Amino acid sequence: MSHWIIAPVVLPALAAAVMVIALRGNLALQRAASLAAILALNAIALALLKASPTPEAYFLGDWPAPFGIVLVLDRLSALMLALLAGLALPVALYAIGSGWDAKGAHFHPLLQFLLMGIGGAFLTGDAFNLFVFFEVLLIASYGLMIHGGGGARTRAGIQYIAFNLLGSSLFLFALALLYAVTGTLNMADLAAKLPGLPQGDTALLRVAAVLLILVFAIKGALVPLQFWLPGTYANAPGVVAAMFAVMTKIGAYATLRFGTLVFPPDLPATGPLLADLLYPAALATLAVGAIGTLGAGTLPRLAAFAGIASMGTVFLALSAFTPASTAAALYYILHSTLATALLFLVADLVTRRRAHARLSPAPAIPTSGPIAALDFAAAIALVGLPPLSGFLGKLLVLDALRDRAALAWTALLLASFLMLVGQARAGSILFWKAEPADPAPTREPLALAAAFALLAALAALTLAAGPVTDWLAATADALHDPAAYIAATGLEDA
Amino acid sequence: MEALLASAIGTLTAVGIYLMLRLRSFPVILGLTFLSYAVNLFIFAAGRLAVNAAPIIGTPGPHADPLPQALVLTAIVISFGMTAVMMIMAIGGHLAAGHDRIDLDRRNDQP
Repeated sequence: MSHWIIAPVVLPALAAAVMVIALRGNLALQRAASLAAILALNAIALALLKASPTPEAYFLGDWPAPFGIVLVLDRLSALMLALLAGLALPVALYAIGSGWDAKGAHFHPLLQFLLMGIGGAFLTGDAFNLFVFFEVLLIASYGLMIHGGGGARTRAGIQYIAFNLLGSSLFLFALALLYAVTGTLNMADLAAKLPGLPQGDTALLRVAAVLLILVFAIKGALVPLQFWLPGTYANAPGVVAAMFAVMTKIGAYATLRFGTLVFPPDLPATGPLLADLLYPAALATLAVGAIGTLGAGTLPRLAAFAGIASMGTVFLALSAFTPASTAAALYYILHSTLATALLFLVADLVTRRRAHARLSPAPAIPTSGPIAALDFAAAIALVGLPPLSGFLGKLLVLDALRDRAALAWTALLLASFLMLVGQARAGSILFWKAEPADPAPTREPLALAAAFALLAALAALTLAAGPVTDWLAATADALHDPAAYIAATGLEDA
Repeated sequence: MEALLASAIGTLTAVGIYLMLRLRSFPVILGLTFLSYAVNLFIFAAGRLAVNAAPIIGTPGPHADPLPQALVLTAIVISFGMTAVMMIMAIGGHLAAGHDRIDLDRRNDQP
């Protein structure tokens, strides 16, 4: 198995390079190569998922662990990789079916570079390498965000870049502090060394921990650092916004990884610091997302705020840092990535067919039946109504937060109600209050099929909830007892 | 030397944050550049300050920590590339909008 661990990084990188150099200007071949690479990525991700119950390390250049860069495959990284590959397939199909990839050069190579960066960020076991993969995925996302061009999109892109460059600087400050205190940036090595940290260095370590959480909060769009998200996602091409649904989850992934491995709640130097910071921020994120859903002026903006609310739910579950709450958060990450992506695709299908993007009556959308059904399903999934996986996900989160029910349950249920009203308002304006118009149908069977594939994935996640939650519970247990992870890198646990 | 380096990092950070809070894209880019200079010095200082120490084992005398030097090289390359990307975007935005304000108009959600 060992060399396959690097395949999710190498394969998209090679595919992107071949597309840029050999297939330049040949869209048909680029589409075929992109789909082939994503199918191969899916196969690799599934094979890695099967092999992941025992953590395994891959030593780049065969340097031993704290000295070289190490990639670690464990249940969590394999799960996130599978989610990434599973999302990339419908997104690429939708881009082809809707013709988005023909509206500017290099859509498919940039998508592959994005997959490379995200896959690397999930796999790496080195904190500085995590920063490098963040930059790889960000620079690809800058290109994708302004794909298709246009003044408003470019200017929204400047804000997005500025916010993320600031985040990168904070990340570097945090890493330098960590290195100054411990002399290592290998995550397993940090986990082994931090419990024995001298008393005088704990203040510096706490500063580094808070800076890191700030960086992950920017990525995860946690209030008060969510300002970049609505403008970026609402102005990005719909298909790119759908792919970006997995990018906020990187913030959640990194928080989970650092919060259980490097700064676990039983570490004396930081203690419950992360939980204390994340809990109120998650509640505020939920509130902002729900109110934004209610007040959004366009469907893409509504989808962006629904995405923020889902991150609030994820972080609310994460902030408890118990195995049960971690498993619930993981299930909600899987669900909300697919559901948010679906809503962004629906928003794109709708806005490209309407006279204007505002949520006010406009001539009816030709052949709106399937699109309305998709919007209805995405809304149900994101609000958390039965029968889709959103209901199960929220149920798991509520169940895991029993001990803080008064505040967390109230916030979660109230936010769900506000989102229900917001989604119902948007759906009824878009599909019921339409003015009569001549139907001149735009047929995009492949794009619709891609959106329905996401819906099918949500349904599968619901039907297979039993085995999936069992697997996630084992993942959460492994995260909260990282001895096997540290042992895989060949380092001594303290 | 510690006081000099610390105050230099502090001044660069302060200048960077001040410029980043401006409304035009050019000062914002300059501010981010200053911030990246500050963080590069900061990473360098994370390996402890040493004078006349080579980062090569096998040479005589005290050794400097080579790892922050490698880290800072990576950080410099990345921040250089990112600044270039943002510069291009700012020029594109300026040409498209006719001004280089960094805030978005209220009703420009639809590209």
